[in-house]
Amino acid sequence: MGDGGRHIERPPVRRAELFLSNVLRGGVLTSLGVILAGTLVSFFHHPEYVSSPQELARLTQAGAAFPHTVRDVVAGLAELRGQAIVALGLLILVATPVARVAVSILLFLEERDRTYAAITAIVFLLLILSFFLGTVA
Amino acid sequence: MTPLEFTLLAAVVSVAAGFLGSILGLGGGIIVIPALTLWFHIDIRYAIGASIVSVIATSSGAAASYVRERMTNLRVAMVLELATTTGALSGAYLAGRLGGRWLYVIFGVVMAYSSLMMFRKRHSEIAGTPRPAPWADRLRLHASYFDEQLGREVPYRVSSTRLGLALMYVAGIISGLLGIGSGALKVPAMDLAMGLPIKVSTATSNFMIGVTAAASAGVYFARGDIDPFVAAPVAIGVLLGAAMGSRSLGRLKNSTIRLIFIVLLIWLSVQMLLRGWRG
Repeated sequence: MGDGGRHIERPPVRRAELFLSNVLRGGVLTSLGVILAGTLVSFFHHPEYVSSPQELARLTQAGAAFPHTVRDVVAGLAELRGQAIVALGLLILVATPVARVAVSILLFLEERDRTYAAITAIVFLLLILSFFLGTVA
Repeated sequence: MTPLEFTLLAAVVSVAAGFLGSILGLGGGIIVIPALTLWFHIDIRYAIGASIVSVIATSSGAAASYVRERMTNLRVAMVLELATTTGALSGAYLAGRLGGRWLYVIFGVVMAYSSLMMFRKRHSEIAGTPRPAPWADRLRLHASYFDEQLGREVPYRVSSTRLGLALMYVAGIISGLLGIGSGALKVPAMDLAMGLPIKVSTATSNFMIGVTAAASAGVYFARGDIDPFVAAPVAIGVLLGAAMGSRSLGRLKNSTIRLIFIVLLIWLSVQMLLRGWRG
């Protein structure tokens, strides 16, 4: 699965661990890069951030304006806004553990480990459920 | 303080939070929240939002190497996640139906007890005598890890799986109710009840906390609690700190990790009891 058969001689668990580790590393590095880029863009667009203490209060006090829906993020990305790029990076970061659980289901299935594939699938469903219950409430 | 100064300083503080969190199996919220609110005067909502991001960053940032080095017990993590996610759901349901005050007291007492038990175990470098463990046998939870500090492979047996599940369910309820990352409860449960080596306990707890936090992070984001300007330096710093911490865990002595954890538990326990006392 994606590592070009370089680890064929390894036992299956080891290969699964490496794959899982790479999924996590990929998510982490992508989000780190995107968040860094967004931060740089923000400072580039707003030279006053380097000198003005009032700006910090505006950015971090209650009622600060920033993207917090997927629609806001997409709209902001189209305009190359720093905050929207950072938000995209944060969303990638949040999605990484969820992707980790989803990938684990596939890895256990591939190893024909039905017990653990089932356990992981239940965890995944509970995660999705708690997410939707939380958004409704 | 200008936005530039804030970004740089918050990133530095977050490196420390990520480092400590990745070694102790916690999310780093205990450093991030007070630093942001007391030192940088950030609105508490955004501080909590940033701390959720910090939990996920610590977890994923460190897990990449813990999983590769087999420090994380993946099977234990998967089995226990059943209990933590169910607990978190129950906690969300119970929120508002249970008084927060008594929860803080119970939480504080549990932490004080855990710190005492850990203190009694402080000199042990590796796990104690094996006990019969039918559930752990059936679920193939026993494993081994390479301890860099001891310079050898350390095999270990897992026991009391059902007790572990029950404790994790409670930990899940507490994180669902109080919004605190419950790494401080997960580590003692694995170390004391289930007999996992302390390094495996912190690495496995570290692995688990990201999943629970990810479920709530979506909600926090939609509610507008995650301010990108506050969360960005926290995420960057924590990711770097966690990457450094995960490289150090193997080299630390088991007794050192336990000692840091005991101090932390006592501190947290006092905080919780005070909060419960004041109401």
